[in-house]
Amino acid sequence: MKSSRRTRLALALAAGALAVVLSIAVSAAFGAQPLSVSAALAGRDPDATILFSLRLPRALLAALVGCALAAAGTALQALLRNPLAEPFVLGVSGGAALGGSLVLVAAAAVSRVAGAAGDLLGAAPPVAAGAVVGAMLSTVLVFGLGRIGGRLVPEAALLVGIVFNAFVAGVITLVKMLVPPEQASRLLYWLVGAVGYEAPGTLAVGAALVALSVAALVALSARINLLTLGDEEAASLGLDVRRVRAWVFFAASAATGAAVALAGMVGFVGLIVPHLVRRAVGPDHRLLVPASALFGAAFLVLADALARLAFLPLGTEPPVGAVTAFLGGPFFLWLLRRTARPEAAR
Amino acid sequence: MTALEPGARGGGAPWPDPIVDVRGASFAYGPALALQDVSFTARAGEFVGLLGPNGAGKSTLVRIVAGLLAPRSGEVRLAGIDPFRAPRRQVARACALVPQEPRVAWPFTVREAVMMGRAPRQGLLAVPDRLDHGAVRGALEACDLVHLADRRLDALSGGERRRVFFARALAQEPRVLLLDEPTAFLDLGHQVAAMRMAQLAARGGLCVVAVLHDLNLAAAACDRVVVLARARVVADGPPAAVLTEARVREVWEVPVWRGENAATGAAVVLPALPRP
Repeated sequence: MKSSRRTRLALALAAGALAVVLSIAVSAAFGAQPLSVSAALAGRDPDATILFSLRLPRALLAALVGCALAAAGTALQALLRNPLAEPFVLGVSGGAALGGSLVLVAAAAVSRVAGAAGDLLGAAPPVAAGAVVGAMLSTVLVFGLGRIGGRLVPEAALLVGIVFNAFVAGVITLVKMLVPPEQASRLLYWLVGAVGYEAPGTLAVGAALVALSVAALVALSARINLLTLGDEEAASLGLDVRRVRAWVFFAASAATGAAVALAGMVGFVGLIVPHLVRRAVGPDHRLLVPASALFGAAFLVLADALARLAFLPLGTEPPVGAVTAFLGGPFFLWLLRRTARPEAAR
Repeated sequence: MTALEPGARGGGAPWPDPIVDVRGASFAYGPALALQDVSFTARAGEFVGLLGPNGAGKSTLVRIVAGLLAPRSGEVRLAGIDPFRAPRRQVARACALVPQEPRVAWPFTVREAVMMGRAPRQGLLAVPDRLDHGAVRGALEACDLVHLADRRLDALSGGERRRVFFARALAQEPRVLLLDEPTAFLDLGHQVAAMRMAQLAARGGLCVVAVLHDLNLAAAACDRVVVLARARVVADGPPAAVLTEARVREVWEVPVWRGENAATGAAVVLPALPRP
C-alpha cells in the first residue's frame, strides 16, 4: 500500500505541475495582441516586452493567487468539516480586503502629512500585512461565532461568514469615501478581484508569502486529516487539537491574505478546485493540499485567460473575480443541494 | 499473531496496577454536577462495564479517564500519567477511545481510517513504516475487515463502520481501551460481535472499559460492572452480585424481573411492563 500511496502522490503532483505549465503557456500565448513566441524568445520587441513584461508576470500572479486560495479552501473545509467552506464564502477574503483597505486609507492620511512615509505605508508589504491580519481576525471571528454550546456548527459559521461579508462591503464603501477619488477607483478595481500587472517587488513579496503558507499547510496535512475527525477523536489519536488548529488557521489566513493583497476578492476558487481534486485523489490531505494548490494555480491562470479573451470583440475585459463568481455561484448551490442529503454527501 | 493476542506488542516497562486509577473525581458542566467524588479503578486484562441511567455520568467518566476533560477535584492516573496534563501523543499511545457515533465527514477508505490509529507513533507527515503496516494488518484481521480494506467508509453499513473504529483503536496498540456504547444502534448479531471483540481484547491483556446500556449484555460479557447513578458510583463488583432486582429497580426506577441464564449462570434482567 505504501507504494500505491506514493504513486498516487507522484501522479497527482506531476499532473498538477503539468497543468500549471500548460495553463501558463496558453495564457501567455494568447491575448489582444498576436504574439510570435520565437520573436519574443529572440528578444525582439514588441513581442518580447508583451511576453516577458506583461503576459508572463500576469499569468504567474494568477497562478500564485489560485494556488493560495485553493490551498486555503482545502484547509478551511477540513477545519469546518464541510465542503462548502471557502475563504470568500467564510468572509476571510472580506476580512483581508478590509485589512488591506484600512492600511491604504492610513497611507492616504499619512501621505497628506508626510508624503514619502505615506507612499511607504501604501507599498506592497504593509498592505499585504494588513490583509493577512484582517484575514486572521475574520477567521477567528467566524469560527468563534460559529461555535454554539462549545461545538462548531458549520452552518452557523457559514452564515456568520456571509453576514460578515455584507458588513465588510458596507465598511469598505465608507472607506472609499474617505480616500481621494483616484485611490477610491483603484480600491474598487482591486476589490472586485482583478489579476493585473504588478511590480516585480510586489510579486516577489506575494510569492514568498504564498510559498511559506502553502508549505506550512502541506507540512500540517497529516494532522489536518486527524482534525477532520472531530476534536475529541483527533485528541484521542494524540493530536494537540488547539495548537494544530491555530497553526492551520494561521497558515490558511496568511495564504488568503496574500491572495487578496495581490488580486483582491477572487471568490470560489477555494471551493471548486478542492472539491474536484478530492474526487480525483480522495480525502487524504497529504495528497489533497499540494494537488489542490497546483490545480488551483492552473485554474485561475485559465480563468484569467478566459476573462481576457472572451470579451476581446467588445474591447474590454472583466476582472477574473467575475469569471470565478460566474462559475462558483452555481457550483456552490449545486454542492449545497448535494450535501443537504446526508447519505449522498460528496 | 493478531493484535488481540497477548504479547503482540512486546514487553517494556511494567505497567502500574491498577492501570486506570480515578480517585475522588468530581466534574460539573456549568452548575450541573456530572460526577461527584467518584473513585474508579480498572486493571489490565479486565473487561469493565460502566452502567447507569442516562445522565448518570458514564460518558463524563470515560472522558476524564481519556484525558479529554480535567476533573474539578480528585486525581486521575492512566498508565501512571495524568492524562489531562501529559502530552496528547503520550496519552494516545496508552489509551484509545472508540466514540459512540464516529463521524465520517470525509470518505476515507477503511485502511486509511485504521492507519490513523498509528498517528501517535508517526512523524510529521505520518509516513507509515513496517510496524505501522503490521499493526494495521493485525487490526483489520482481528475485526474481520480485510475484505473491506479498500472500501470507502461512507459505503459501509453501521455495523461495519463500528468495526472500523474498533480496528483503529486496536491499531493504536493502547494499554487501555475505552468504548462509549459499543453496541448502540446495532442489531443483535452485531451487538454480540462487538462484545466478543471487547472480551477478546481484554483476554489479550488490554484493560477494557465500556459504557453499556444493555444490562444483559454487560452481565454476560463483563468481568466486573460499575453502576453510576446521579453522578456517584453506587455499586461495583461482579455482574451477578451487582445486578440484583432491588438495585436495578432503585437505580433505573423501573420494575424488573431478575433471573439467571441456566446455561451460563449470568444474570438476566427483563423490564416488567404491565399488560395493556
